Amino acid sequence: MRDAFVAELSHLAEQDPSVMLVTGDLGFGVLTDFARRFPNQYLNAGVAEQNMAGIAAGLAIEGRRVFTYSIANFPTLRCVEQLRNDVCYHRLSVTVVAVGGGFAYGPLGFSHHATEDVAIMSALPGMRVMAPNDPIEARACTRLCGSFDGPTYLRLGRNGERRIHPESLASLQEGKLIHVAGSSDAPVALVAACGALDIAAETADLLRRSAIGVSLWACPFIAPFDHDGVRRLASDADLLVTVEEHALIGGLGTRCAHAIAALTGRHARHLGFGIPPEPQHAVGDQHYLRSRVGLTAERISETISAALPSMYR
Amino acid sequence: MGSEAITAAKLALRIRCHAIRMTSKGRSSHVGSVLSCADILATLYACVMRVRPAEPTWPKRDRFIMSKGHAGAGVYAVLAEMGFFPIERLDTHCQNGSALCGHVAVHGIPGVEFSTGSLGHGLPVATGMAYAIKARGEDCRTFVLLSDGELDEGSNWEAFLFAGHHRLRGLCAVIDYNKIQSLASVSETLALEPLADKFRAFGWVVRECDGHNHMELSAALGAESIDAPIVVIANTVKGRGVSFMEHSVLWHYRSPQGEELAAALAELEGVSHA
Repeated sequence: MRDAFVAELSHLAEQDPSVMLVTGDLGFGVLTDFARRFPNQYLNAGVAEQNMAGIAAGLAIEGRRVFTYSIANFPTLRCVEQLRNDVCYHRLSVTVVAVGGGFAYGPLGFSHHATEDVAIMSALPGMRVMAPNDPIEARACTRLCGSFDGPTYLRLGRNGERRIHPESLASLQEGKLIHVAGSSDAPVALVAACGALDIAAETADLLRRSAIGVSLWACPFIAPFDHDGVRRLASDADLLVTVEEHALIGGLGTRCAHAIAALTGRHARHLGFGIPPEPQHAVGDQHYLRSRVGLTAERISETISAALPSMYR
Repeated sequence: MGSEAITAAKLALRIRCHAIRMTSKGRSSHVGSVLSCADILATLYACVMRVRPAEPTWPKRDRFIMSKGHAGAGVYAVLAEMGFFPIERLDTHCQNGSALCGHVAVHGIPGVEFSTGSLGHGLPVATGMAYAIKARGEDCRTFVLLSDGELDEGSNWEAFLFAGHHRLRGLCAVIDYNKIQSLASVSETLALEPLADKFRAFGWVVRECDGHNHMELSAALGAESIDAPIVVIANTVKGRGVSFMEHSVLWHYRSPQGEELAAALAELEGVSHA
């Protein structure tokens, strides 16, 4: 996702000289080419995220389209008040980019697990929040940033994620669910965000092998959120299952549950899979930490099978 | 005194009188903070900054950010006196439905560049503005007024480091150095001295002056040919101009009412007739 972002940002910078990348002294080997190609559109603010966010606001007031860049929780939680007061209150065109969402920096420990970022960023007034699932979504979301006015949070994985979408999502529409596979009248609707589409896709494969009908959806847009799209899924399905590499509170699952709660007729039951709201002390890579919190296709498909009405078992 | 200083003196007095009335009617805090920086605001707007009240977003204007946003009444007063909006609007300060809140807000108020209220935000934003202006090759200046207590916020020192490193000529930080912060004196809370040395060590040009002397302020706030940001340490008195408010932590919070209101205005208006 990281390389997809930088490639697309370079394209944006080429087209629009107001585009400016401000890094918090991170991006070794990743931003080098951008800095060389666009020296007047690149700035290293140093290890100082509060100042980076304030500077981004100041640059944006003066007409620049700013992208701040760092890893894990540094460009978000470390400077959340600057984002709220300086960027959001003034509706400035600043896109905050965090690399290493979820457990991407797993072995580095709790400080480097970005697991509540989407909840906190999407609570900020006027903040767009995009949490793509794979490099294709990451590139398409970055492209959208080039046309957005106002504050945006772009939450990326690290690098080398499996590509799930077969095509480039050239016509990606902001705030809409992306259909990946399966019929929308299937009894199970699987929706993924925050880099978890690979888990959801694997879960869908397991369920299909058990002859359980599944539709698969990607939902990189947490804010604005596709309430209507989710309600349609919930009206047609028996189970609406959300999978996200993010805390269970305040992310995709919470958004879906909120959307479904407004339905008056028969609707699907919601099952949410994510990270429990407690500090993870375990040490390990992304795959290992996912499995520690139950974010595996095996665990999710078993839970879904058990939860389905008996006629589908 | 030159004519500029006389204008600044009159403007400062009006800012003080407005602030007393606004914080009284609005039953709001921080009148002592406004009185402390009234002369700085008056000198900036009367003598130093290039602004066009009829064209608040004139691209070549100098920018001003009030980082000590709790003294917002002073910003509203100086802008109204300069003609950015009608003086009558000051009566709505802190009233239901008004645009003029207790801290500085940008929405619907011509002349305000940026909203503040949480300390430690103004300097980083001003730094970003100054960086962008310098990159465009323009000579507009960016002023930011900070309180001394506000310097406790680490975000300021990130910005001091950045602006010094990038030699942001055109950026001017002003410290309203009244030596009193929210609960006690600065020296009892988190001592700042040697303050000038700290700024010099961060690569800034330092100027010190009497923060109530308009001639000294005007000279200190003037443009600098050296390729570096400027910080003006303005030595001030909290509550300046109203004897019973001077040097007092109480008037960081208290809203003047009844006899206090009358006494404060009488003292200020007495000065105006002297």
